Amino acid sequence: MSVQTQIHTKPQSAGRTAQVVPNKMIARDVKVFYGAKQALKGINVEIQENKVLALIGPSGCGKSTFLRCLNRMNDTIENCRVDGLIALDGEDIYGKSIDAVQLRARVGMVFQKPNPFPKSIYDNIAYGPRIHGMATGREELDEVVEKSLQRAGLWNEVKDRLREPGTGLSGGQQQRLCIARAIAVSPEVILMDEPCSALDPIATAHIEELIDELRENFTIVIVTHNMQQAARVSQKTAFFHLGDMVECDDTEEIFTNPRDERTQGYITGRYG
Amino acid sequence: MSVAASKSHYQSEEFARRLRGRYAAERNFKIAGVAALALASMMLVVLLTSIVSKGYTAFWQSQIRLEVTLDKAQVEERNFTAILRQGLYAQFPQITDRTGKRTLNELLSSGAPYELEALVKQNPAIVGTTQTIWVRSDDEVDQFIKGYFPRNAPEAERRLNDAKIAAIDAMVAQGSLVQAFNTTLFSAGDSREAEQAGIWGAIVGSMLTLLVTMALSVPIGVAAAVYLEEFAPKNKWTDLIEVNINNLAAVPSIIFGLLGLAVFLGFFGLPRSAPVVGGLVMALMTLPVIIISARVALKSVPPSIREAALGIGASPLQTVTHHVLPLAMPGILTGTIIGMARALGETAPLLMIGMVAFIVDVPHGMTDSATVLPVQIYMWADSPERAFTERTSAAIMVLLGFLIVMNGLAVFLRKKFERRW
Repeated sequence: MSVQTQIHTKPQSAGRTAQVVPNKMIARDVKVFYGAKQALKGINVEIQENKVLALIGPSGCGKSTFLRCLNRMNDTIENCRVDGLIALDGEDIYGKSIDAVQLRARVGMVFQKPNPFPKSIYDNIAYGPRIHGMATGREELDEVVEKSLQRAGLWNEVKDRLREPGTGLSGGQQQRLCIARAIAVSPEVILMDEPCSALDPIATAHIEELIDELRENFTIVIVTHNMQQAARVSQKTAFFHLGDMVECDDTEEIFTNPRDERTQGYITGRYG
Repeated sequence: MSVAASKSHYQSEEFARRLRGRYAAERNFKIAGVAALALASMMLVVLLTSIVSKGYTAFWQSQIRLEVTLDKAQVEERNFTAILRQGLYAQFPQITDRTGKRTLNELLSSGAPYELEALVKQNPAIVGTTQTIWVRSDDEVDQFIKGYFPRNAPEAERRLNDAKIAAIDAMVAQGSLVQAFNTTLFSAGDSREAEQAGIWGAIVGSMLTLLVTMALSVPIGVAAAVYLEEFAPKNKWTDLIEVNINNLAAVPSIIFGLLGLAVFLGFFGLPRSAPVVGGLVMALMTLPVIIISARVALKSVPPSIREAALGIGASPLQTVTHHVLPLAMPGILTGTIIGMARALGETAPLLMIGMVAFIVDVPHGMTDSATVLPVQIYMWADSPERAFTERTSAAIMVLLGFLIVMNGLAVFLRKKFERRW
């Protein structure tokens, strides 16, 4: 199934010119049900290539649910049903021609709590390339590991202890290890589900810098509760509320000139 | 209650009384707990003391030293009894009457001629020479020396008459009747004669049975647990299966024996008393235990590990085999070992499939007739001879030893591989 992916972003407020940006992923009228309970009520979002899209909104609004639809992690949840269309490079990811396992290699994910495998740092990174047959031979694998760790900004800290368990690193390092692990399989999109919520401010700053660098090569979708973080790292922001996507626009626009009063209320801290 | 009132409430006499009551309740609870623990340990100590004190003597067995002349003609006639007796009479030249000689004959184990025969077979060169050999004494002599038969009871009420006691005393004084380590106990199969009976046959039977049990129940149980926990949809069918597995774990073991009797012996016609059938029955009995413990172990692996693996594109099966199962392994192993320990100690289902038979030979294969340790204990406990009492306790000690080793292994594995997230 092919879908129009070159979508003109709608002319926004006056004074801005419409521009053509390639959409890496699009979501059309995405509805998610957990049994009888509807968690998402028709979401339409475009995720533009090499940009960071921040998903913000109060707890339980469906941000994470939506994020998990993008790489079909919801498949693993019993009674979860996804309606509507989500496309990656114009291809319906819930279509028959797409394999969920392969999709997750293309759309990587970083979770809220750092979850390194209880194995060595090296094996954490090498696992993905190994199972996908991306590296033949020891040297090639070493190279992938080094490159991934370098891109995650962790190489200098761990290069002398690659054989030590990944669980022995600090929280921030563990999260960067998880990012490196996600990068190692060369995904096109990286989904991040509140990647900094379990980290201290310094580690958070590290990750934020990293996200900005990663944008060059990857398309990133990040769920965050931290408004400043959304403002700092993202180019686009989508505001979710009670299973609806209220507003999606340039981050600057959302934070300075929100059109919906619910967005206004949330970003000014009236609720959330 | 206002704030001011509540403040004074915490300083009031009534509050102090409540506080004292709370402390008293806590103290009483602790006392009850300690008392329960003390009672339990006391019971354990009583049990172990009683078993050990009754059984430790079984590890020694009285041996008689004889100077025997291996006359060629007698050896050819296989008249080893006569050879032994001549050696024995030589130690008591003063005894010449038939009654006296019969008394002496009774000192030797009825298995002693076979011991001598085996010796000759092993080393034919000794034929025609005079040799000093040690043979087992009769179990009553052994029990008397160990002090289980009172010496000063009236002769009519004694198992051993005065003449026999005199002969025993004389031999002990000469050093030709001594206690030695009871190797028979660990190398022989069952016997009607206590001094010739051993638990080796039962140990081998137990090992063969457990081997079958383990080979069947571990792979099937772990695979079932993985399927139910990681792959099966959660619906009323899997709920039904789960309830049934939990119920099976609580089914009395004799029922499994009846099932084995009907299915394996009756329908499939497998041999009676065979370790293979015992193993099959035990596998049925152990399966629910293994499935339940494996499911618990799998459940305890945090979902974040599964998400991490799935998130980088591992298939569900890869996720399980590469990450979840290795992490759950210590728990699965612990459950397996405890299940095996239970199977090792199980008696009832084996009674139904004929493993309670009196079997003298040490089994050599899965289909040989065999018995197992706990059944051996059960049978010995039924034997009237005094010597079997101590052997029963000794066999219990050996069984407990195996169980302690297995449970210790389970604890060790759990501690060694235990992982915290």
